[in-house]
Amino acid sequence: MNRRPWLLGGVAGLVLCFLYAPIAWLAAVSFNDSRSLSRITGLSTRWYAELFADDRVLESLGLTLRLAAASAAVSTVIGTLAAFGLRRAFPGRGLWTLLLSLPLVVPEVVLGVALLGFCVKLAGVPLGFGALLAAHVAFSLSFVVVVVRSRVAGLDHRLEEAAADLGASPLVAFRTVTMPLVAPAVAAGAAFAFLLSFDDVVTSSYLTGVGSTTLPVFVYAQASKRGVSPEIVALSTLMVAASAALLVAGVLLAGRRARASTFVEPNRDE
Amino acid sequence: MFPTRRRWLVATGLLLPTGLWLGVFLLAPLALVVQFSFATRDTGVARAVLPWTTRAYLTALDPAFLPIFGRTLAYAGATTALCLLLGFPLAWFIARHGGRYRTALLAAVLVPFWSSYLARIYAWKALLDGEGLVNRLLGLVGLDRDGGFLLTDGAVVVGLTYGFLPFMVLPLYVACERFDHRQVEASYDLGHGRVSTFARVVLPGVLPGVLAGSLLVLVPAAGDFVTPRLLGGVDQATFGSVIDDQFRGGNNWPLGSAMAVLLLVLVAVVLVARGRRGEDVL
Repeated sequence: MNRRPWLLGGVAGLVLCFLYAPIAWLAAVSFNDSRSLSRITGLSTRWYAELFADDRVLESLGLTLRLAAASAAVSTVIGTLAAFGLRRAFPGRGLWTLLLSLPLVVPEVVLGVALLGFCVKLAGVPLGFGALLAAHVAFSLSFVVVVVRSRVAGLDHRLEEAAADLGASPLVAFRTVTMPLVAPAVAAGAAFAFLLSFDDVVTSSYLTGVGSTTLPVFVYAQASKRGVSPEIVALSTLMVAASAALLVAGVLLAGRRARASTFVEPNRDE
Repeated sequence: MFPTRRRWLVATGLLLPTGLWLGVFLLAPLALVVQFSFATRDTGVARAVLPWTTRAYLTALDPAFLPIFGRTLAYAGATTALCLLLGFPLAWFIARHGGRYRTALLAAVLVPFWSSYLARIYAWKALLDGEGLVNRLLGLVGLDRDGGFLLTDGAVVVGLTYGFLPFMVLPLYVACERFDHRQVEASYDLGHGRVSTFARVVLPGVLPGVLAGSLLVLVPAAGDFVTPRLLGGVDQATFGSVIDDQFRGGNNWPLGSAMAVLLLVLVAVVLVARGRRGEDVL
């Protein structure tokens, strides 16, 4: 398999094309002159102008961003603790693992209607931000635990022991040795949780309250009547552009750090 | 003094916040759904009316719902198979040949998903309809179809595959990265060909990733109702859309709950069949 990587690379490239095709189409259509998403008639930036003039879209975007940030924060903190909790064997670990993988196997529609019934009938909790946060953390947690846990499992415990031998307190050892090693996985988990919350339609559609409609739910309600508006297409294009820019910045930064470290420690391998 | 007991205390303490959250916001609501599914009648906001009955289950298991069962399973199965077919070469390529760009490539798989899911589904709608790019390109080689590919089963499966592919690629990547490539060389050295090496060495080696990814795709694909509605039209009812219909507008919560429980049972069956082998990746 290693002998013909160009064939494999070609297939991988085609799959990436599949992933990017609708995005490329959205970007093209966002500059379209007409409302149509299937035919390009001329060039215009009017949808971007209308996007920034539309209070309802901007309001629900704000809510969605706040919700995603809160959900990512909560699930990253408690999920990371849980991942560390699962590090060593102890009585009952199997049950905990089962509970933590449960959100992965409960379909979103079931979680949505279950929480709807719970809020409305049992707890008397009004729908809205709180209910959405409860749901989003519940379905993001497992992803954070999975991602962080795999990194925690791969940690070399001798590094922590060395820190302890050199006189570091457990807290200092955690802050200066363990955390930097786990940080990339925590960041990945947080990004995943943010993304899951930011784009959720199915579960959220049951839990939005009056005046607290998330952007995906707003778009779904609108789209089922009139189709997706070109403003939303423009917004999606901007979001992808922003995340692509972040990715490129991250790659450049990582490259520079790698070069810097080879400069500081040129004889590392000797 | 009691190392096991101390370890248990520390671990349980670390797990407690997550456990509480899942207990209150996942287990309790699910228990409520089970209770609903045995309720006699329930319209809208009033409390479930007792006494308990299994009528909702009898309705849900009526032969009239059989095609919906079948369609849901077919969509979910085809989506999972297609995700495996597309995801494996990509994950393998990134893990084996990604070099120092591995993380960046993996992130590049996720970038399209930083946009609105619905906007992407509508982009597929535009690409797949009669005047869309796909149909016109296929027209060049005479493979176009009158009216395009919208509102077909194929369109639904393409949409679902597109939506859930990252859930397949990520666990597959983890498994491919852990896989010791020297085993492939060893297999070639021992005289095995490509097919035999793939079936006997590579596949068993990455099986945990395959199982974890399949589960992560199968579950949301079986429950989704947005994609089948938008790309398949009103006639392509799935389990998710039936549950949604029963709850939205408060048509028949017990029936919706019974179907939700059946969907959970279905997932549980798949889980048990999978056994414990996917666990170290999931």
